[in-house]
Amino acid sequence: MATTTLTKAEDRTAVGHAARIAHVSKSFGGPEGQQLVLDDITLDVAPGEFVTLLGASGCGKSTLLNLVAGLDRPTAGSIETPGGRPALMFQEHALFPWLTAGKNIELALRLRGVPKSDRRTEAERLLELVRLGGAYGKRVHELSGGMRQRVAMARALAQDSQLLLMDEPFAALDAITRDVLHDELTRIWRETNVSVLFVTHNVREAVRLAERVVLLSSRPGRVAREWTVDIDQPRRIEDTAVAELSVEITEELRGEIRRHGQH
Amino acid sequence: MASTETAAKDTARDLAGLEAGLDALDAVRVSRTPVREVLVRKVLPPVVAVVLVLVVWQILIWAKVTDDYKLPSPSLVWGEVTDAWAQGTLLGFIWTSVSRGLLGFLLALVIGTPLGLLVSRVRLVRAAIGPVLSGLQSLPSVAWVPPAVIWLGLNDRMMFAVILLGAVPSIANGLVSGVDQIPPLHLRAGRTLGATGLRGTWHIVLPASLPGYLAGLKQGWAFSWRSLMAAEIIASSPDLGVGLGQLLEQGRETSSMSMVFLAIILILTVGIAIDLLIFSPLERWVLRSRGLLVKN
Ligand SMILES: Nc1ncnc2c1ncn2[C@@H]1O[C@H](COP(=O)(O)OP(=O)(O)OP(=O)(O)O)[C@@H](O)[C@H]1O
Ligand SMILES: [Mg+2]
Repeated sequence: MATTTLTKAEDRTAVGHAARIAHVSKSFGGPEGQQLVLDDITLDVAPGEFVTLLGASGCGKSTLLNLVAGLDRPTAGSIETPGGRPALMFQEHALFPWLTAGKNIELALRLRGVPKSDRRTEAERLLELVRLGGAYGKRVHELSGGMRQRVAMARALAQDSQLLLMDEPFAALDAITRDVLHDELTRIWRETNVSVLFVTHNVREAVRLAERVVLLSSRPGRVAREWTVDIDQPRRIEDTAVAELSVEITEELRGEIRRHGQH
Repeated sequence: MASTETAAKDTARDLAGLEAGLDALDAVRVSRTPVREVLVRKVLPPVVAVVLVLVVWQILIWAKVTDDYKLPSPSLVWGEVTDAWAQGTLLGFIWTSVSRGLLGFLLALVIGTPLGLLVSRVRLVRAAIGPVLSGLQSLPSVAWVPPAVIWLGLNDRMMFAVILLGAVPSIANGLVSGVDQIPPLHLRAGRTLGATGLRGTWHIVLPASLPGYLAGLKQGWAFSWRSLMAAEIIASSPDLGVGLGQLLEQGRETSSMSMVFLAIILILTVGIAIDLLIFSPLERWVLRSRGLLVKN
């Protein structure tokens, strides 16, 4: 199944884990009976590790993230997140339009139990972190798409969770903005030491960001293969090393998809 | 080591510059309309419309299309206004009705809001009283006046009962539809931030449903006002004081068509004024702050 060589990522599992997904299955009851979406998924995310989950559209990536986030329960298996409730970033920014950018972050702080007197400074620090120092009083609709995703990232970080779940957060952005946000995410990940489980169907994005790429098969979703990415950060999406590994993974992904056309 | 550090600094500066450029290109510019334009576009048209109605009215009088006692001239009605003003009763009429209407409306707000929350959030409650609540909206509240008089007598309590029966369903239904229209994404985002149960209701559900809720309030006010006028016209008694509805009824009894016209115009004016002064600005403010108001 997996062709992982022993790496630093695996060493870290010995010390603990940010998320442990053990034999998780999920089926949805539909009018034509049960539909098995995830089948016996086992996956660990080590503390401080960056893992991308790669898979074709509809293979159950969002379903898996929702399970880890605790928004839904698995049909079988167990999920542990020892660091508490994970933070989740959606494909759409999911910011609350009735609050300003700064107040969106302060709400997350408030729900985390940060005292009122500290919230403003902390919110401004987080906005600085995503390089949006002047955006505190801006309404969501006054921000561009890339700025919204950065505020959403700041709000997710405001939860101060050990684990950050990201569900195709940059899929709707143009290529240049996405590039910039990749750099930002890598920087923030290295500065904060948060563990990231990042979902995407973009192979290059997966390789650009991750220490480990996990490929899911479709219908039902299973872990098909894993790769460890041993390329130094900061990487660029057009680096040859990134491109080479992407080609290899794309071949595998195509094989997975082709398998479904055969029956 | 030093060279990699400077390189890292360079890429960081590059990135910051690139980001600043992208933000500047993408940022939405918000400008305010100048006062003169507001006057020309918003104030002038309704003023012209009112003047036109007055002109047509005066022409009908000059053309003697009907008897004097059926259609009083604008100047006669204006005379009625100045008389009432000189006697100091005009504001009294208005205040009697407006204070009743607003108090009733506030009561309806206090009852309708939790009711709407309950119906929208608790499935069993919705199944039980949801259909009744929306059905009640189509029942004209005049229908409640006779039973209210029999149960409660000719007093202010009966007036408030009629107002509540008219306005509570509107307010509750407005909130229910506001809650139903919340994008599921916002609810899920709230849950991942830890806003569950009562905290979820307070921080997410209530603010998210505000546009629908305000529409319900607006309609609730219209229903309050209408119900109150129906109650005042049907149930007049010396103890109740003279509101606008009683004024209209008095005009009918004394065959003073100018008084009837005065009452109708005042009822209309108050209804519109409350809407224009309170509800419309509130609604526009909420929609604008969420970027839901498109200027064209
Ligand atoms: N609540 C639900 N009820 C029934 N079926 C569902 C539900 N949620 C997801 N599914 C099904 O599960 C499968 C996986 O959905 P999911 O959204 O997890 O895919 P995905 O990998 O995130 O796809 P995409 O890349 O398009 O976002 C789909 O076939 C979908 O129809
Ligand atoms: Mg998805």
